[in-house]
Amino acid sequence: MMQPSGQASATTVPVGSDADLAWVRQQVRQCAAALGFGLVQQTKLVTAASELARNTLVHGGGGHAEITPLDNGHARGLRMSFVDSGPGIRDLELAMTDGYTSGGGLGLGLSGARRLVQEFSVETEPGRGTTVTAVAWVTQVPASRSGLG
Amino acid sequence: MNEPVPVHPAPVPVLALGDILLVSLQGELHDGLAEQLQQDLSHRIATTGVSGVVIDISGVDIVDSFLGRVLAEIASTARLLAARTVLAGMRPAVAITLVELGLVLPGLTTALDVDRAMEVLSQRGR
Ligand SMILES: Nc1ncnc2c1ncn2[C@@H]1O[C@H](COP(=O)(O)OP(=O)(O)OP(=O)(O)O)[C@@H](O)[C@H]1O
Ligand SMILES: [Mg+2]
Repeated sequence: MMQPSGQASATTVPVGSDADLAWVRQQVRQCAAALGFGLVQQTKLVTAASELARNTLVHGGGGHAEITPLDNGHARGLRMSFVDSGPGIRDLELAMTDGYTSGGGLGLGLSGARRLVQEFSVETEPGRGTTVTAVAWVTQVPASRSGLG
Repeated sequence: MNEPVPVHPAPVPVLALGDILLVSLQGELHDGLAEQLQQDLSHRIATTGVSGVVIDISGVDIVDSFLGRVLAEIASTARLLAARTVLAGMRPAVAITLVELGLVLPGLTTALDVDRAMEVLSQRGR
């Protein structure tokens, strides 16, 4: 493709307020669109980013998001990491369960975000913080059949 | 000149159309704004006695669990205040994403667009 190979530069966005969440969503949307993600995949990525960034803000006490375009030679992708140095997650399995919340949420953020992306990992240590990383690759959809001459 | 930076984004406008309140959500909705809308709407319903609320989300490009919960709570509150809520115009990509997220919003009436939402309300409201 036209873009140079290798890893393009990452974008770092602070996550410290409501307004920052909006900014994270906007950056993910722009980056995903530029990489060639389709509308549904873009929507899934932005939604996952919104959930994870909100967790960074609400549960992690703030932190930052890192958005990195990927190119593995076969496909383009997007990696998003959400980093905080908050309390960490004591029982990760429990936290990943649909419907589990330690607050007044729906408990769908972590488990739901995992379903919206292709790769998902959580690094967490009690008292030290949490980093959640999600990766999605552009799905190759056969070219549209309409309008072919 | 020194333009003051707005601390709060503009509130969401609520239109009164006869017996119905119409709210059109557009683009980025900050969490604080969604919560403010919830309070504003409840007040408007209680003071005006409207029988229905239509929330047009055709201009919204994502609904996450936070906004989903606010929408569901608006509908529940409206029901307690004797008004029905119809969520209109959800984009297909948003619907697909919500199902995968696991947020199916039970109890929320939906319509494909505002016109159809108005129809639903006028039929049921009789
Ligand atoms: N970054 C984090 N730091 C510390 N704890 C976290 C973090 N992210 C998630 N958790 C814990 O995992 C639980 C589940 O998170 P999840 O996002 O699924 O639900 P929620 O945030 O409580 O509610 P919802 O996202 O549905 O509004 C949280 O209640 C919290 O206890
Ligand atoms: Mg959450």
